[in-house]
Amino acid sequence: MRKAIRPEEAADIVPDGAVVLIGGFMGVGTPERMIDALVARGVKNLTVVANDAAMPGKGIGKLVSAGAVSRAIMSHIGLNPEIQQKMIAGEIEVELVPQGTLVERIRAAGVGLGAVVTATGIGTPVEEGKQVLEIDGKRYLVEKPIHGDYALIAAQQADYAGNLLYSLTAHNFNPIMALAGRTVIVEPEMIVPIGVIPPDAVKTPGVLVDHMLARAA
Amino acid sequence: MDAKVMDRPRAGMSAKEVIARRVAQEIKPGMLVNLGIGLPSMVANYIPHDYGVYFQAENGVIGLGARPPEGMEDPHLTDAGGGFVTAVPGAASIDSAMSFGIIRGGHLDMTVLGGLQVDERGYLANWMVPGKMVPGMGGAMDLVAGAKRVVVAMVHSAKGEAKIVPGCTLPLTAMRRVSLIVTELAVIEPTREGLLLRERGPDVRVEDILAQTSSRLIIEDEVPEMRIG
Repeated sequence: MRKAIRPEEAADIVPDGAVVLIGGFMGVGTPERMIDALVARGVKNLTVVANDAAMPGKGIGKLVSAGAVSRAIMSHIGLNPEIQQKMIAGEIEVELVPQGTLVERIRAAGVGLGAVVTATGIGTPVEEGKQVLEIDGKRYLVEKPIHGDYALIAAQQADYAGNLLYSLTAHNFNPIMALAGRTVIVEPEMIVPIGVIPPDAVKTPGVLVDHMLARAA
Repeated sequence: MDAKVMDRPRAGMSAKEVIARRVAQEIKPGMLVNLGIGLPSMVANYIPHDYGVYFQAENGVIGLGARPPEGMEDPHLTDAGGGFVTAVPGAASIDSAMSFGIIRGGHLDMTVLGGLQVDERGYLANWMVPGKMVPGMGGAMDLVAGAKRVVVAMVHSAKGEAKIVPGCTLPLTAMRRVSLIVTELAVIEPTREGLLLRERGPDVRVEDILAQTSSRLIIEDEVPEMRIG
């Protein structure tokens, strides 16, 4: 059985300057209490790898507003005017990555692959500075894995062994990031006894999870 | 399909409604379709319910349903624009790797996206205006590179400026010839030889189309008017 920790204890685990993979799609499936605790601790200089920057006041948007982010690797920032302003002002360096490529680069890191080879991005600004491979007459970009020092993920249920189950569109990047973070911290909505989540329903095996947030007080 | 909506006279139709109705005719029973946010999402209103069409939202659901009643939203069930949705019977929730595997792997029958420019090669630009609008490409590049059919649904020109152009001046979304361009003025099929004018919009003359198009168009003797039900 695992010991559940409080959000502020979890926030102390993540140092300034860390590369953090954060689950969620426009705030859906994002570990909000974890983010609140990081903001409260005053974390700085994070590289945030996530699908998007959400919006001000929600999910990753709170880290952006707090000035905690110096670098962002994301597929979409269009609904967060603050990150766009900070990007233009040179306060946040933004690397835009096609969504399907982003998730596979994270997955590649998590499953021990040296690169992703994809046709997405050929002939676009995404191609700039990257190796191109021609395989059976078709051109592909070589995209490198993205490792995270920490993966901060959200799940609907965790059991005492850390096995995770996700709900509907709150899956998104979470199960993939659980593979790619050197330390994985999960914020479950519910914590249930072992056996409640049937083995066939487990999307992330508990062996991948390092820390679990205790239920909200 | 709502019969009352379908019978409404076209004189009162907005450009977007004309486009959405015409794109809807491209969708065949049993297809898996991804609709972009905004105008493309309107297409779903004109698909007969008995078609058994599944809509994918790339954030992780196959079998997207209508908006839930007020106050009954599930915070874990949104479309790719972040709006609350439901899931139809037979729906599946998937993670982003599966979702984009379906897109890139050629399992998606059709994607319908908006456009900023399309050129004579049939290449689409729809994700950024350098120095002005840099929202990120989201899933657009994967969708255009990977879907079996790519339909661009857009108004024909923007404030008098042509969007169907000889060569895109905006950064491309993909180097792939799109399958079809549907505007309120025309249906255009990009071919190896260039842009073929397939249909005219309701009460639209070929001259009207040419006046708002800066690319060359291939025009055959007869250009039929689009039928929008």
